[in-house]
Amino acid sequence: MEELVKLTIDGKQVEVPAGTLVINAAKAAGIEIPAFCYYDGLALQAACRMCLVEVKKAPKLLTACTLVAQPGMVVHTETPAVVEARKAMLEFLLTNHPLDCPVCDKGGECELQDMVFRYGAGESRFLEQKVHTEEKQFSPLVYFDAPRCILCYRCVRICDEGLGVKALGVVHRGVYTEIGPNRGDHLECDECGMCIDICPVGALTSGRYRYKTRPWEMQHVGTICAHCSNGCKTTLGVRNDAIIRANNRDRSGLNGEFLCVKGRFGFDFVEHPERLRTPLVREGGELRPVNWMQAVALVARRFEEIRARGGRIGVIGSNRTTNEENYCLQKFARQVLGTNHIDHHRTGDVVALVDALAGRTGALATTGDLYRTRAALVIAADLAQQQPFLAFQLRANWRHHGLRLYAVTPGPVREEQYAVRSVRCRPGEELAAVEGLAAELKGEPELVILFGDAVKGELVHRLVAFGDSLGIPVKYVCLVDYANSRGAADMGLLPDLLPGYRPVAEAGLERGMALPEILAAPDLDALWVVGANPLKDAPLASTAAFVVVQDLFLTETARRADVVLPAASAYEKTGTFTNVCGEIQQLRKAIDFPGAKTDLEIFGLLARAMRAEIGPANPEKVFEEIRATVPGYNVALPVLAAGGAAPSSPQNGRVPVEWRPELIRSARDTLFRSGTLGRYSQALNSVTEAPGELYRG
Amino acid sequence: MTFSPELEAKFARLVTHYPPGRERAALIPMLLFAQDEVGAITPEVVQEISRRLKVSPLEIEEVVSYYSMLHKEPRGRYHFQVCTNISCMLLGGAELFEYLKEKLGIDNHGVTPDGLFSLEEVECIGACSWAPALQVNYDYHHWVTRERLDRLIEDLRKVS
Ligand code: SF4
Ligand code: SF4
Ligand code: SF4
Ligand code: FES
Ligand code: FES
Repeated sequence: MEELVKLTIDGKQVEVPAGTLVINAAKAAGIEIPAFCYYDGLALQAACRMCLVEVKKAPKLLTACTLVAQPGMVVHTETPAVVEARKAMLEFLLTNHPLDCPVCDKGGECELQDMVFRYGAGESRFLEQKVHTEEKQFSPLVYFDAPRCILCYRCVRICDEGLGVKALGVVHRGVYTEIGPNRGDHLECDECGMCIDICPVGALTSGRYRYKTRPWEMQHVGTICAHCSNGCKTTLGVRNDAIIRANNRDRSGLNGEFLCVKGRFGFDFVEHPERLRTPLVREGGELRPVNWMQAVALVARRFEEIRARGGRIGVIGSNRTTNEENYCLQKFARQVLGTNHIDHHRTGDVVALVDALAGRTGALATTGDLYRTRAALVIAADLAQQQPFLAFQLRANWRHHGLRLYAVTPGPVREEQYAVRSVRCRPGEELAAVEGLAAELKGEPELVILFGDAVKGELVHRLVAFGDSLGIPVKYVCLVDYANSRGAADMGLLPDLLPGYRPVAEAGLERGMALPEILAAPDLDALWVVGANPLKDAPLASTAAFVVVQDLFLTETARRADVVLPAASAYEKTGTFTNVCGEIQQLRKAIDFPGAKTDLEIFGLLARAMRAEIGPANPEKVFEEIRATVPGYNVALPVLAAGGAAPSSPQNGRVPVEWRPELIRSARDTLFRSGTLGRYSQALNSVTEAPGELYRG
Repeated sequence: MTFSPELEAKFARLVTHYPPGRERAALIPMLLFAQDEVGAITPEVVQEISRRLKVSPLEIEEVVSYYSMLHKEPRGRYHFQVCTNISCMLLGGAELFEYLKEKLGIDNHGVTPDGLFSLEEVECIGACSWAPALQVNYDYHHWVTRERLDRLIEDLRKVS
């Protein structure tokens, strides 16, 4: 039972856990104490003096951001003395401030503006020349305007404490003090832009957003990042059907305000000039634009014809289409096309984990668990590179609760900065190294194990057996690459499993061909690829196959297609994604892209043209069906509707499939890469950090 | 880069002054000693000290740009630091500073072309009782007058 402390703030009785800061105690009572330098989750700075309050019996005003609530304390947050002090602090902050609000990106959502509006003096007594320095470009994505800086150190702390990058510092002295980047005149860092968003004023600005719009001219749409599997909630600023920025300042969603470079800046693939705007059909060896009706009719006719003569049809689904789309695609393939040759690029062995954990509940860790667990073990993964939010979450756990982290990796990783134990091993020997840690791990009260694609097939079972042998509660995360990699497996884009990991035999089907087998089959009659680019890595053996591709761009695979259908991106549709930890979240449509259709709409059109019944092509209706039929997906709708994350919970018996570890392969995308989408993001291509070379501090 | 054996010995002693794990506390004295030997905090010095103390180059820049006695550009062999703070100002410090500027033909923060002298206006150097005061490198000169200055400069020219 937590000890509680009673105190009085502005006449209100407040009860808070012992150790609570007065600024937070006030917040709990609905009283806002102004603060620039104080920031939830970061080290205390006490630099700005905005939070001064009057405390009974204290001889002078005290900073509420460092003051720990004591029993019987009597605090006043808005007395004349307090207001006077805040006014003086603001006058001081403005002595060197350019007051260029009309052209400042932050205007309208600036904390300094708000405070001056509330307390500020109407006139300044400062007559001296202000120190002016020119704006600096720290990187293609991060700009710094020193005169606007109020030296709250938030940026310095988030980069150091939050990310472990430590790319920002404070240089010079007095009125010349400013923020400096780690490479003299430029940054070499994660380019996450966390420093930009955390800046209370317009001192750090975004290379993508600056001078583009006023904040009040945008609509704000909360959706899920289209890039990696971590499933960060992102709030897109939209104007005239264009995404202008992405951030998550309201801290809604499982990631709070965290976004990595891909989430914050990498949304610009949607407007890449090479984006497909019209269906293409091969005529005389060349892809030519046609209208949707013609394209759909052609695909329907060819599919019907191939089906009628019992031809072999292969279907390759996506790691970045919604659960609803994945569900419909497998349904279409199995029920309409009568094929079970369906697969997707598997980036982690989720199937083996679900099998190994058969019959248990609560053995899959959530992103929240990563922040709370007392101990964690990372196997064969460079989290800061490949799973940015998970890395952030573990690091925050370490800073706030002293997480004990173990890392077993083939190469150096950033987590070594704070790991209690880090072991380097040769690739392929990870598990042996992990088993060597048994004695230490047994001493932990609980453990979350995160493992990369080096642990697959039989090794997953060996790992779970190892976890069981520790005699402590163990949860697992099977790391996968993309925004809905997990959902692709959950929804049965697999040749041997139906949605919810039910064996295909339940539907009276036989195991179909896996992805490489589909590509290698010389007698394949048709290949249908939805949101994937398999021909980038392997050729298609069947020269006669009729190839249909749904994608945003003319990828290597689309170039081989007979029909290309322009698909909508994640930011242009509604539906759900399931993140790496199995948490389901809702996408909200932010923009329309002329010419493109969502994959779900395309399935609907094709079904209609083939006079087949796959149910309404409406995401809500499809999700209802998923909830009703897919084990583990019967989640509470209000949670999703409110922008929350609902953990899915596959509860199965064994998953009786053959282990195919050779099919599991992570793309090992780095912080600045993200499959096809990343290739078409100018922002991600603009940074100069060497891909794969992470700044390690 | 390599330092002289004397400096190496100093460094070795210095890091033992701090508890294990707190070696970074040796940063400021290390910078000062290295600056004395090399003549300035050059990028090479930064790199070397960064490596030894496991302090990032940015953190070193934070320190170097903060403290005025640390400098990245080489100074004259004799660096004149003239106090113009209250006590010294009342007793002619500011005039002495102006006189030196004229005599050496350089401005505040300037270096003579032969690299012998450099000049800096500084705040109180803690020698108020003997004002006006100035410092040449680490040596203090009290009750300074124009004549004494002339003689000092002449002597310094001779010994070099
Ligand atoms: S790593 Fe992120 S927070 Fe740090 S400087 Fe780079 S963009 Fe800013
Ligand atoms: S740049 Fe912004 S966040 Fe950083 S110290 Fe200045 S005002 Fe604070
Ligand atoms: S961590 Fe992943 S989900 Fe989160 S912003 Fe980055 S790419 Fe998007
Ligand atoms: S918020 Fe308390 S001093 Fe800045
Ligand atoms: S005022 Fe010059 S030494 Fe103190």
